[in-house]
Amino acid sequence: MAGRTQPLGAIRWLGSGAAALVLALVPGTLAAVFLRAESTGAITASDWAAIRFTLIQAALSAAISVVLAVPLARALARRSFAGRRFLIALMGAPFILPVIVAVLGLLAIFGRNGLLNAALGALGLPAISIYGLPGVLLAHVFFNLPLATRLLLQGWAAIPAEHFRLASSLGFTPRHIFRWLELPMLRATLPGAFMVIFLICLTSFAVVLALGGGPRATTIELAIYQAFRFEFDLGKAAKLAALQFLVGAIAAAIALRFGRNALFGSGLDRTIERHDATGRITMLADAAIIITAAGFLLTPLLAIAVSGLQGIFALPATVWHSVMRSLLVALGATALTLALSLPLALLIATSRAHTPAISAVEAIGYLSLAASPLVIGTGLFIILFPLADPVALALPLTALVNAIMSLPFALRVLTPAIRDAEAAFGPLADSLGLFGRDRLRLFLLPRIRAPIGFTAGLAAALSMGDLGVIALFSAPGSATLPLQIYRLRAAYRVEDAAAAALLLLILSFALFWLFDKGGRTNART
Amino acid sequence: MKTSIFAAGFCAVATLAAAETPVLTVYTYDSFVSDWGPGPAVEKAFEEECGCDLQFVGTGDGAALLARLKLEGKRTPADIALGLDTNLMATAEESGLFAPLPEPRPALDLPVEWNNAFFQPFDWGYFAFVYDKTKVTSPPKSFRELAESDLRIVIQDPRSSTPGLGLLLWVKAAYGDEAGGIWEGLSDNIVTVTKGWSEAYGMFLEGEADMVLSYTTSPAYHLIAEKDDTKAAALFEEGHYMQIEVAGKIAGTDQPELADRFLAFMASDRFQSIIPTTNWMYPAKIPSGGLPDGFETLIRPAKALLLSPKEAGEIRDEALAEWLAALSR
Repeated sequence: MAGRTQPLGAIRWLGSGAAALVLALVPGTLAAVFLRAESTGAITASDWAAIRFTLIQAALSAAISVVLAVPLARALARRSFAGRRFLIALMGAPFILPVIVAVLGLLAIFGRNGLLNAALGALGLPAISIYGLPGVLLAHVFFNLPLATRLLLQGWAAIPAEHFRLASSLGFTPRHIFRWLELPMLRATLPGAFMVIFLICLTSFAVVLALGGGPRATTIELAIYQAFRFEFDLGKAAKLAALQFLVGAIAAAIALRFGRNALFGSGLDRTIERHDATGRITMLADAAIIITAAGFLLTPLLAIAVSGLQGIFALPATVWHSVMRSLLVALGATALTLALSLPLALLIATSRAHTPAISAVEAIGYLSLAASPLVIGTGLFIILFPLADPVALALPLTALVNAIMSLPFALRVLTPAIRDAEAAFGPLADSLGLFGRDRLRLFLLPRIRAPIGFTAGLAAALSMGDLGVIALFSAPGSATLPLQIYRLRAAYRVEDAAAAALLLLILSFALFWLFDKGGRTNART
Repeated sequence: MKTSIFAAGFCAVATLAAAETPVLTVYTYDSFVSDWGPGPAVEKAFEEECGCDLQFVGTGDGAALLARLKLEGKRTPADIALGLDTNLMATAEESGLFAPLPEPRPALDLPVEWNNAFFQPFDWGYFAFVYDKTKVTSPPKSFRELAESDLRIVIQDPRSSTPGLGLLLWVKAAYGDEAGGIWEGLSDNIVTVTKGWSEAYGMFLEGEADMVLSYTTSPAYHLIAEKDDTKAAALFEEGHYMQIEVAGKIAGTDQPELADRFLAFMASDRFQSIIPTTNWMYPAKIPSGGLPDGFETLIRPAKALLLSPKEAGEIRDEALAEWLAALSR
């Protein structure tokens, strides 16, 4: 029965290889920056203030996102309506927008000169200002509420439909259902969702500064930036980046301690018949929740669309060239994300004993969330410069770094899906003697087609929208679409920039939709 | 896909053919190499006369450019660094990476004396607060008036942005020890502080603020490219801080003569006439054809403020501390 302990053989080696690559790219680049440093400044009082502010804003952003996601995911999980899937997908769009685009979209609604204040003014009410911590939280909830909702929807979908049927035949009230079915699921899912969003907000910087209203809103990432370019102090930048890692690692450890890994389904593809939620009031409440959330998430996107629509057909040819480049980078990053995340997820999910080694591999998969993009880019540069011309490799490097950045999300989706499939059908596959490549080809891959499609879509869209390391290595004629948007803005061409931003939004969404749909077509689930 | 493979093959052949022609590598900031910046026209013009291949490499902004050079050290493939400003020059000189400029140095048209052995200016501008004439009818005439007004401004963070640092030094150069007090007065006018110029200018155009820190030449873009004369820069009595953008020759260059030729070309009419409507700055030497129509409408500060590179280097940490203290309250 040697096969029982290692049902997938060679996958273990591939998974370990992927983990090693992440180690080289994330802590490896940090070490490279540290070793290259000549002098190292001390961490000052204002750095500690930055660390404190970073922790507060990230914790609040994550808490608000997951708390608001609970009613939204619940409403979406138990209602079916035309366009539900499209709405869920569209609500995810804020997550993939370049910072400057998202900020301007948000301000078109919530800014001093935005629609909301115009409406308040028309009603004779005083204007509101979002600048400060409220603005930071608003932006982070705008980015991350969709992600939290998706993660929780997976949780809801993983509660077997039979449980709801049984509950209804036992005469459970909605309160009972919450207590016995939904609460245990939330307890298992929420810490993980909180952790992911906390880590995303940890490294946020341009948004925090723009909406934070001033230097009170200084985050660790800005302090790293300052060390790099104001003080030219690589050692201090590396020190701060290490601190950022430490904070991320502590958060991850706490979250993993409290959140057991629930048996998530790949989910989302079905609404569950819920006899407890047919009452008129719950129906109206759900509708109100969905409409409010959609309004919050979609109006800024609509503002982006409106401001970009006029110029989109008059965009200069060079913008279309960068579209091609961005598509290639996105597809490359998608392939790399799958090549890294599948072996890693298989390694983690099919290990029958939860050894410290496996926990370590799982943690490595999340490392890039707490990494400073500036440190990764600079470290890569230091490592590559003696060997090759980093500028010539700008596009492949961008794809690689984008893939590493998508890895945590990929693992979050794939690992539970594989665990699920193994738990349900693994023994059957064992008894049929399906091991190694056959197990993968005949049993596992077909069962996780939908999550693979979702992962690919997410990776492609994230890569499409991310400025990434290209800004550090740009040569003429290698600009990706996000970089081109920044260049248009730097050249005062605001209308072209708005049109290019709309184009980016459409393309990212189309990529996501196609991959996600491709995964679900004929999926044997 | 086929075309890109073809293109890759074509490029490889082109590179082989070009192996004979010398290559001049110029590091600069990203917006210089963009399709809308001066880069493409400068490359074409210089290649027509040098019999060489001019290759630009873009990296972020001026500070990122210097960080990159310091990272690469003596092994840098760059022959020229173009796009540092006076605030970065002290650090750049200390790095020992730059060679003295060739003699004789070209005569320039700057509002201040220029006598630096390592760096040659290619354009310059004045920092200023830009506003919309249809919305702000009586713009402030000084920082004090701005602080007392209820006008709302967006500025850039000096820690991450070159104009942001320029504003910090502007207030310091104009007010010295009183700079902290000026910042305290301004703190309730500041809507927010952004990472870079693009975010701030975008927010101003969207109506989030009445004024934005930019350049006296910014209204020229709207006037010339968009036929929009509603934007103007406010003239401040205490004078306007200058940004002088410079280029220098890398000491370890393998193309010293070509680099010297490029520096001479940089002061030529051809190069200088590209600058005003691509970089939207003043050319370091007025080309024989003069400035483009529209530039005569711009405000001309009576007093140009500029700290020497040494002063700027010494004073900026203190100025940053004052800025942080005043705005973090």
